Amino acid sequence: MTQTDKTVNMEQITGAEALMKSLLNEGVETLFGYPGGAIMPVYDALYDYRDRLNHILVRHEQGAVHAAQGYARVSGKVGCALVTSGPGATNTITGVADAMIDSTPMVVICGQVGAAMLGTDAFQEVDVVNVTNPISKWSYQIRRAEDVAWAVSRAFYIARSGRPGPVVLDFAKNAQTALVDYQPQKVDYIRSYQPKPAINQEAIEQAAYLINHSDRPLLLAGQGIELGNAHNELLALVEKADIPVGCTLLGLSDLPSDHRLNKGMLGMHGNLGPNVQTNQCDLLIAVGMRFDDRVTGNLATYAKQAKIIHFDIDPSEFNKNVKVDVAVLGDCKQTLAAVTEKVHQIRHTEWVNSFEKYEKEEDEKVIERAIHPKDGPLLMAEVIRRVSEATNNEAILVTDVGQNQMFGCRYFKFTKAHSVVTSGGCGTMGFGLPAAVGATFGAPDRTVCLFVGDGGLQMTIQELGTIMEQHSPVKIILLNNNYLGNVRQWQAMFFRHRYSFTPMLNPDYELISRAYDIPAATVTERDKLDEAIQTMLTTEGPYLLQCAVKEEDNILPMTPPGADVDKMILEINDN
Amino acid sequence: MNQNDCNACGKCKDMEEKNTELCENLYTILIYSENTPGLLSQISAIFTRRQVNIETINVCASSTPGVHKYTVTCCCTRSMAEMLTKQIEKRIDVLQSNYYTDDEIFIIETSLLKISTPVMLADSRVSSAIRNHGARIVEVNPTYATAEKTGTTADILSLYNALNQTGAVLQFVRSGRICITKSTSERLDEYLAQREKERAQPEANK
Ligand SMILES: Cc1ncc(C[n+]2csc(CCOP(=O)(O)OP(=O)(O)O)c2C)c(N)n1
Ligand SMILES: [Mg+2]
Repeated sequence: MTQTDKTVNMEQITGAEALMKSLLNEGVETLFGYPGGAIMPVYDALYDYRDRLNHILVRHEQGAVHAAQGYARVSGKVGCALVTSGPGATNTITGVADAMIDSTPMVVICGQVGAAMLGTDAFQEVDVVNVTNPISKWSYQIRRAEDVAWAVSRAFYIARSGRPGPVVLDFAKNAQTALVDYQPQKVDYIRSYQPKPAINQEAIEQAAYLINHSDRPLLLAGQGIELGNAHNELLALVEKADIPVGCTLLGLSDLPSDHRLNKGMLGMHGNLGPNVQTNQCDLLIAVGMRFDDRVTGNLATYAKQAKIIHFDIDPSEFNKNVKVDVAVLGDCKQTLAAVTEKVHQIRHTEWVNSFEKYEKEEDEKVIERAIHPKDGPLLMAEVIRRVSEATNNEAILVTDVGQNQMFGCRYFKFTKAHSVVTSGGCGTMGFGLPAAVGATFGAPDRTVCLFVGDGGLQMTIQELGTIMEQHSPVKIILLNNNYLGNVRQWQAMFFRHRYSFTPMLNPDYELISRAYDIPAATVTERDKLDEAIQTMLTTEGPYLLQCAVKEEDNILPMTPPGADVDKMILEINDN
Repeated sequence: MNQNDCNACGKCKDMEEKNTELCENLYTILIYSENTPGLLSQISAIFTRRQVNIETINVCASSTPGVHKYTVTCCCTRSMAEMLTKQIEKRIDVLQSNYYTDDEIFIIETSLLKISTPVMLADSRVSSAIRNHGARIVEVNPTYATAEKTGTTADILSLYNALNQTGAVLQFVRSGRICITKSTSERLDEYLAQREKERAQPEANK
């Protein structure tokens, strides 16, 4: 490039405008944010980019990060949040931690005081980089306008590549206002960072060998399959080698719920079959999952009889919680395909059928009475299953945290990929409502159903304002049990029914909803449920359907914390 | 005694059988990183989170331009050392992180002792300890003398203990350990060469 070419290509703009151009370069279309002093130059630049960058004004910065997460989960793109310094930045912390543990690609840009004032306890100065370092994939302070293009491109590259995660950019005010000769940058290589490790053929051979010599294989499907878009590769493997599958919470839409090999959900409140059979199989094939304690229960007795293969893109997951026999490092879209080529077409009819016994038992003792109760108050499970069916099982499930989440994940059904948005590793109450807003932007053509409890809704209830302003078509199903239900259940089971601060006096949610111009209804009776759901789904735009559900319902089955994975409780005497 | 046993924490002192899964040894973790600010706190946070105490740490520029070298010692199990190194390597600007036992590295550590001159003159054990341990006197004045001793941790502590019995020690300081691997291959150079090759294949970096 000659000297003259260079000058022609360059333009002097502010660091704030360089941010706008850099975001466009990274393909950003939507960002969620909230302005304030230390980010005002950026908001001023944004004013001229409103036609190209769709900024959604949230009502609290926690809402911005959860919305960005919801957006990322359903679209597979990097979610983006924009906030001010100090309290604006600290309000995003929960979302950053949540995105870290759930591997969600997200870039959070927060304002910061000018570089000259750093470290002086200036107004709204918080050491954001150090606060977020342990809970983010990368955290970086931009102190010069010259670094904007590079830092933003690097941030998006890191957030989306390899095992995705949140990146925080702390943008000093002087760098926002200074002028810079802007030149677009594209970071797609960092020598100290290998997002896509090379595939080890030996590991592929060993994995195929173990699969070919297994009589009772069980595959545990995690979110890695969603993140790696390896749905077809998963199907190809399990169908070729006839392998039953258990899904983690975040992996529930890895394959259709009704697929004959999908044996349901793993974990504390998962299905009986895949949990019990974890301790019966002779080969456990874990794909893109991290053996969380909510999945494994007691590690000392977990799958001790089985050989274990672990597919993951993150080498630090191997042997972290569970010692494995074969570690297959790499992008599971490629590693699964490579292994599938080498496995034999086989049937494990007897083994696959052996799940029926557990399905039948769980049906009789738990599921039937949960989804088809004859009398008594409405139950969460029946509401969820009816909503799912009313959407032809094609909707996106967003949940908050608590019983609503566990029932939601157990009873909603999936036919499409990228359909579960829930806070897994962090269990963040208040996640649901803003995440659902984000999901409507990430997947505008799909129905977004949020199940939320009376506790969790109030943690981010201000986002009803965002929904009102954006007319976001979130179908909010409030499962109101007048309790912090999940905690109440533990108090009943493990603390002798001492309901210490779990009953809750609730406001009139219908009134609140209407105050935000969101149509609302309450359903208390079973025979009104279907009609109420139909009205909700056919009403254009947002809707709040409050379901008055049984107050002291229990989410079952349950593996008590620390208990063996195959010792699930199906029934409790709770009176 | 197994030379890998940790003298500093003594946790495996009462264990019947050494080198079991539970046995804690002294590991030296060598970390190479880009020269970016803030990495030290990222690395130390990983140890804190896994409840592993850092015994010594030394940070300096490495022989490769722009690359920093961290030498960290800690007492932990082998699987913990493995997990720590993997979690450290996960930080974006860390190039490499590996752990070693004492038999895999050449180790050196240095120390300085400030010794009371009147005690040294009065008690012959002081000068004989200095001689016997091969320490070097770098300065003497009527109030104090300064000695320097370089060697293994055990050598240094042996000198210190001998001198301390006489009441001569006014100040004592030990540096963190530094070391060089005995391996005939240079892992960092190989890594950098490999990455340089991969730079040309953007597919590998997506
Ligand atoms: C931010 C946060 N605070 C506290 C908790 C602990 N917690 C887990 S579930 C739960 C109760 C949730 O109550 P509600 O939202 O009404 O849902 P329900 O269980 O009744 O469906 C609580 C308090 C949490 N997960 N997150
Ligand atoms: Mg509740």
